[in-house]
Formats: sequence, C-alpha cells, structure tokens
Amino acid sequence: MREHTVLRVVTKVLIAPIILFALYVQFHGDYSPGGGFQAGVVFAAAIILYALIFGLAEARRAVSPNLLRITGALGALIFAGTGVYAMLRGGNFLDYDYLAHDAVHGQHYGLLLVEFGVGLTVVSVITSIFYVFAGRGRRNDDEQPPGDAR
Amino acid sequence: MIEAFFAQMPALVIVLPLLAAPICVLLHRGGPSWFVYLLTTWACFALAFLLFVQVKIGGPISYAMGGWAPPFGIELRLDALNTVVLLLVTGIAAISSVYAKASVAAEIASERAYLFYAALLLCFCGLAGITVTGDAFNLFVFLEISSLSSYALIAMGSKRRALLSAFQYLIMGTIGGTFLLIGIGFLYMMTGSLNMADIASRLPAVADTRTVEAGLAFIVVGTSLKFALFPVHVWLPNAYTYAPSSVSAFIAATATKVAVYALMRFLFTVFGAAYAFDQLPLGEVLLVLSVAAMLSGSMAAIFQTDVKRLLAWSSIAQIGYIVMGFALASSAGVSASVVHMVNHGLIKGALFMAVGAMFWRLRTISLNDIAGLGRQMPITSAAFVVAGLSLIGVPATGGFISKWVLLEAVMEPGHYWLAAAILVSSLMALIYIGRVVEALYFRERPEGQPPVGEAPVLMLTATWTLVLANIVLGLYATPLIGAAERAARAVLGAGS
Repeated sequence: MREHTVLRVVTKVLIAPIILFALYVQFHGDYSPGGGFQAGVVFAAAIILYALIFGLAEARRAVSPNLLRITGALGALIFAGTGVYAMLRGGNFLDYDYLAHDAVHGQHYGLLLVEFGVGLTVVSVITSIFYVFAGRGRRNDDEQPPGDAR
Repeated sequence: MIEAFFAQMPALVIVLPLLAAPICVLLHRGGPSWFVYLLTTWACFALAFLLFVQVKIGGPISYAMGGWAPPFGIELRLDALNTVVLLLVTGIAAISSVYAKASVAAEIASERAYLFYAALLLCFCGLAGITVTGDAFNLFVFLEISSLSSYALIAMGSKRRALLSAFQYLIMGTIGGTFLLIGIGFLYMMTGSLNMADIASRLPAVADTRTVEAGLAFIVVGTSLKFALFPVHVWLPNAYTYAPSSVSAFIAATATKVAVYALMRFLFTVFGAAYAFDQLPLGEVLLVLSVAAMLSGSMAAIFQTDVKRLLAWSSIAQIGYIVMGFALASSAGVSASVVHMVNHGLIKGALFMAVGAMFWRLRTISLNDIAGLGRQMPITSAAFVVAGLSLIGVPATGGFISKWVLLEAVMEPGHYWLAAAILVSSLMALIYIGRVVEALYFRERPEGQPPVGEAPVLMLTATWTLVLANIVLGLYATPLIGAAERAARAVLGAGS
C-alpha cells in the first residue's frame, strides 16, 4: 500500500501519537483506566499499522523479531523479578509493601514495574503473532525457520 | 533466614519455573536451556519434598500471595492431599528432565529446542500451580497455562499428524476449560467468593439452588474433559501418540493426574462429599463411567498396532481405576485413588520412556517394527516388561498395591460387580502388555533391518529410576499408603 500517498502521509502523522497514547495508558494506568495490557496492544497496533502500510520487510527492519523475542522474555522476567525482589526483602511473592521504605511508595513502584513488564511482553507477543501470521506463505528469512516436517 | 526460606517454599515451587521459562527464551540455545530445565525441576522436586515433610509434621500450610489475606487475595494452600500430588508432578518432571536431552535432540529441530524447554517449563509451572493453589479462579488460570503450553508441546511432534492431534486436543481442552470457568462463575455468583475454603463455608446456605447444581455439573464435565474420562476421551490417544517422546512421558504421567486432583479438590473440599455424593447421585454416575472407561479403554488397547497408542488407550482405562476410587466417597476409596495416581504416574512414565527409547533408535514404534528388539535393546526391553508387569498388577510391584487397596475399597460397601470389572480389566491389561512382550522377545527382527544398539545412558537411567521406584513401592508400600490415608482424612474431614 506504499503507493497510496494519502495513507502513507496519514500513517506517518498518526504513528507517533498512537505510541504516545500507549505510553500514557501505560504509565498513567495506576490512576486512570488502562495498564500494561491495554498499553501493549495500542503500542503493537502502531507497529502493525506501520507494517500494513510500508510492508512487512520494512517493519521487521524497524522492529526485528529477534528483539521482540528478547523483550517478550524480559517483560515476563521483570514481572516475576519484582515478585522475587519482594521475597528477598522479606515479604511474600509480589508483596509490594516491601519494595520501598514505606508501604505506599512500595505499592506504587511495584505496580509501575509489574505493569511495565506486562506492557513489554504484550507488545512483543502481539507483534510476533502478527509477524508469524503475516509472514505465512512468503519466503521466510532466517529469523523464522521454515516448518520442520520430518 | 532459613525460616524465611521455608515460609516462601509454596510460592517458590511455581515461581522458579515461571522465572526459568523466559530465561530459556533469552538463552536461545538448546543445551543451556536443557540445563536450566534440569536445575529447575530438581530444585522444585527438593522443595516439594520439604513441603511434604513440613505438612506431615506441622499440618496444612497457607501462603498469602502478594501479602493479601486469604479470602480476598490468592491463597496457596498445601495439605496432605496436594503435597502427594506435587511430589509426583515434580518427581516425574525431574526424572524426565534427565531423559529429555537425548530425546529432544533427536526429535526437535535444534533451533527450536529452547522454545521446547520454555514450553515444558510453563507446562510444569501450570501443573504445579493447579496443585498448590487454594483459589478456584487461580486454579483455572494455571490449568490454562499448562493446557496452552501442552498444545504447543504436542504440536512439536515429529510427524505431521502431531499438528492435527494438537488441534483436536486444543478444541476439546478449551471446551473443558470453558466449562470449568462457567462452573466457577456460577459458584462465584452464589457465594461471592473465589477462595475454595471460603466458598465451602458459604455454600451450604445456597446449596439447594439450580445454579449451584449446574455449577457442580459444569465443573465435573470440564475437569473430566481434561483427564479424558470415558465418553470425552477421544482427544487423548492422538495427543499421546504424536507428541515427542519426552512430552508423552511427562504429560501422561502428570497432566491427567493433576486434573483428577482438581476434580477431587472441588468435590471434597469445595462442595463436600455429603452434597455431591449423598444429596446428588454423582457417585453412581462416576462409577458407571469409570467401569466403562476401564473396559472400553483396555479393549481398544488390545487392538492397537502402534505401541504409543496402545499405552494411551491403557491410560484411559487406568483413569477409570482412579475415578472409581474417589467415586466411592469413602476414606478407603479416596486413599486408593491417591495410591493409584502415584503408581500409575510412575508406571506410565516408565512405559512411555521405554517406548521413547525404542523410538529414538528406530524412528517408528509399531508392533511389527519393534519385533525381536528384546535381544538388541535388552535393558530398554526389560524396563518395559517390569513396568508392564506393574501395570497388570503382579505382586511385588506398585500396580499390585494399587489394585489391592482399590479392591478392598470396593468390597467394603459390597460392590462385587466393580471388583469383577477391575479383575476383567486387569486380565485385558495382561493381553495388551503381553502382545508387546511377545513382539519384543518371541519374534525375529524383520528381514533386512540393520541391528540396533542400546539407547543413551541418560535415557536408560531415567527409565530405570521410574521402574525401580515401582518395585520399591511394591515391596515397601507403607509410606505411600500412609500418605494416601492422611490425604483421605484431610479432604473428607475438611469437606461438608
């Protein structure tokens, strides 16, 4: 669709606000509706829009599947790591009270960290799923090993 | 410091695999991922053992996730019943992790091996989570974690048919999971709580409503789909047959047992035995279905030519034994169920591992292709024979103990027709195991087949560890029976 000038220009204008809104939903999620999951989906929508207009290869160059594998795993590790850190500080798993000098700050930090982990994983996984579906039936590059049919 | 560690053990059993899975994805290599998997499962096995001892000495443990007190937050609750199941799940996982390396190297493309181990860890995490949680909704979440990852694991099988059987399992498993969720939703609607103990205390006030009865029905059907009770078992033979060998061994030995545990937990702890078995005729329904499972499963197993499929049908029959035990709703029945859960886990784990070792050599596992293998793979074949004898229920094996306590449990209320069904099904087990043994030892190798050697040492070690566990439990059954009786007392005392 890259020959449609209108779509190309509008997409270029829209992608930055979409990402900004995703970040707002992410980091304001503890005070207003939203949170990591919603923010992750909105962020992934920006990448998918880019892929739809400028092509899959272009999108894979901007956000490589390898990077997504790493961020996806890191997000889950941040979530679980926050819980384990609370354990090391003497609380139960995911007990945010123990994360800072007092319980109110602890809860705040805990929520931010955990939601960040969720957001990171959701962006990565949703985009990866899109890459896999969109890449089906095309010539795969070395990121996606061809289906093994032994 | 040590006390703090002991207090965190219930959570660590789930947290360790949950941490290890993304670490495997980051490592991106099959070898290191296998090592992480090995370390995690053995650490969890050690934790499960400590928890088992702790519960035996000090009684039930409650753990508040995130520091939120039980009826409001998620509670992990360990008692005499689920520590036994946890010990089984972690033990099988630990032993099959030793087995997995060679088997995975042969069956999974090396660039995807790290994803395989990550999925295996998530499946393990889900199964351990179902076992330790005391929260009904949390149980559903862990059930989905284990189910989703097992669909992926089965789809990684080396034949194309693996994809189709994984899809079949996905459809059936999703229906099962949804039914369970609807049932839990009904209970939540009537009681306003998701904590199992809390639901149990609020349920008697609303027990005579159609909603609670429907909730019970949905939960029974949903979990039955997951452990493949007779009329809803069609997904199981394909799933076990086409899955990679190490997955068949792990899932066959654990996943169905954990789903049975989930149903027992709902029936005895949440609804209470008096409600489910006296007020409603659930016992009769389950007894009839378990007999049908035993006879039809064994009958189908006799006519299979693929050994893995034969073992899968035999699993359907063995689920019948386990369900029959707790469907009696007596103390002897529940403890017979627990004994057979453990023994069947060890037996089926050993059998699938032995068959996997043959598959590792031959790349096929039909009765004609394994003919005469008894002389070329003597150690593997002997493992199959001993585990097979245990499945039939020959004295001095774990299987004999299971059948003995189950027979005692069904004779107690005078159900002689059930005893007859157990004996008939055991004879049928003799026939289908006998067919494999006959092929292994009394037939010649097919013409033109090159001679094969033994399987790798690690695979043999893992297989024989499970086989020896069978013999040890057959000769010295007191600890297992004692643990099962404590489990029965714990659930029957707490319920109703």
